[in-house]
Amino acid sequence: MMLKDQKTLRVVLADSPSSPTRYDSMAALLKNGYAVTCSTGERPVSPADHSDILVLGNLEEGAPLAAEDPSRGVQITMRDIKGCSPEAVLALVESVRAERQAVKQGEWKPWFPVIDYDRCTNCMQCLSFCLFGVYGVDKNQNLEVQNQDSCKTNCPACSRVCPEAAIMFPKYKSGPINGEAVTDADLQREKMKIDISALLGGDVYAMLRTRSERAQTRFSKERDADKALKERQKCLVKLAQSGDIPLEVLMALPSPEEIARRAEEAKGKAAAALEGRL
Amino acid sequence: MNAPRLLYCHCAYAQVVPNEVKEAVLRKLCDSGVSFEAVADLCEASARRDPTLKRLADCGSLKIAACYPRAVKWLFAAAQSPLPADSTEVLNMRVQTADEIVAGLMEITVKPNLPTANDAAAPSTEKSVP
Repeated sequence: MMLKDQKTLRVVLADSPSSPTRYDSMAALLKNGYAVTCSTGERPVSPADHSDILVLGNLEEGAPLAAEDPSRGVQITMRDIKGCSPEAVLALVESVRAERQAVKQGEWKPWFPVIDYDRCTNCMQCLSFCLFGVYGVDKNQNLEVQNQDSCKTNCPACSRVCPEAAIMFPKYKSGPINGEAVTDADLQREKMKIDISALLGGDVYAMLRTRSERAQTRFSKERDADKALKERQKCLVKLAQSGDIPLEVLMALPSPEEIARRAEEAKGKAAAALEGRL
Repeated sequence: MNAPRLLYCHCAYAQVVPNEVKEAVLRKLCDSGVSFEAVADLCEASARRDPTLKRLADCGSLKIAACYPRAVKWLFAAAQSPLPADSTEVLNMRVQTADEIVAGLMEITVKPNLPTANDAAAPSTEKSVP
């Protein structure tokens, strides 16, 4: 998922500030995942790096359409957008991106935890808690987010087990999980800490396992699949309402056996990391 | 003093930044005639370690229109492009008005407001509005 090893295209919009379509073109490009440098000469922009560049502007007839910066290995493409609609500008950028084989962004909803290392104490509770392998440790056994795209969209559960309020989800609705400053009141509030476990009176996975075992016993006695489903849904709805975890995330949890296996694996990783830090 | 570079985040995939604020800030930036940089979504750029973030973090004073300064600080850090604490100002489109954001961006003076480790050690008693 990282772009550092992939080809990227830097779009530079250098049309006239008085262009009537400037805002609409910018908005269209941003909505489609492009980063855009809007250059007018007033105020500096960041310097060129190793990304290929596409300059969109009002070009004179006969102006060159391509150049190269051999020192950086950068290809520079120029295109005239005089009179182009925002849709035409977007189509033009898309064709140059495809031609340059640059990566496409904007097709993934970026929901993942961001660690505030001013607060994180490397207690590894999040690593131990997450069943989806989002967390890992670096070579110095420090916690890091390694697999952002494995995170379950809209689920902030790991931030609720962090005793230091160090885990943020910038797109979350409220603070301090959204990145708002952490207050004394936040830290004192019981719900900041191990909310889910407290809610169920213990380990959430153990609780789910127990529920499932009970349900399985009932299935065998009653053979009533509807009743069992209702029971499971009731439990999940309670979790969803109280823990603010999307129902679809809970419904997608694997079998109790798989949960137990993953939980053990995560706990093992956390324990190894803590041991390695000693 | 060198004028700061400007970065605008369009926060493309969530409704947490009010649309009317995002759109008004972008429109005023486009109409203002100043140069600026824009990303579709700072979170995605961070997760992908987009080189745009490194370019910006490495070039000195910077004003960013995005969300909470604490989130922005650690999104850049996660992309291995830490922001300079003494020359970065974050304007928060989740809580400030479009006029406040644009006025802040246009001002040449940078008012650094990234949180520090000391802030974490002594949490504030009130919700802050940067």
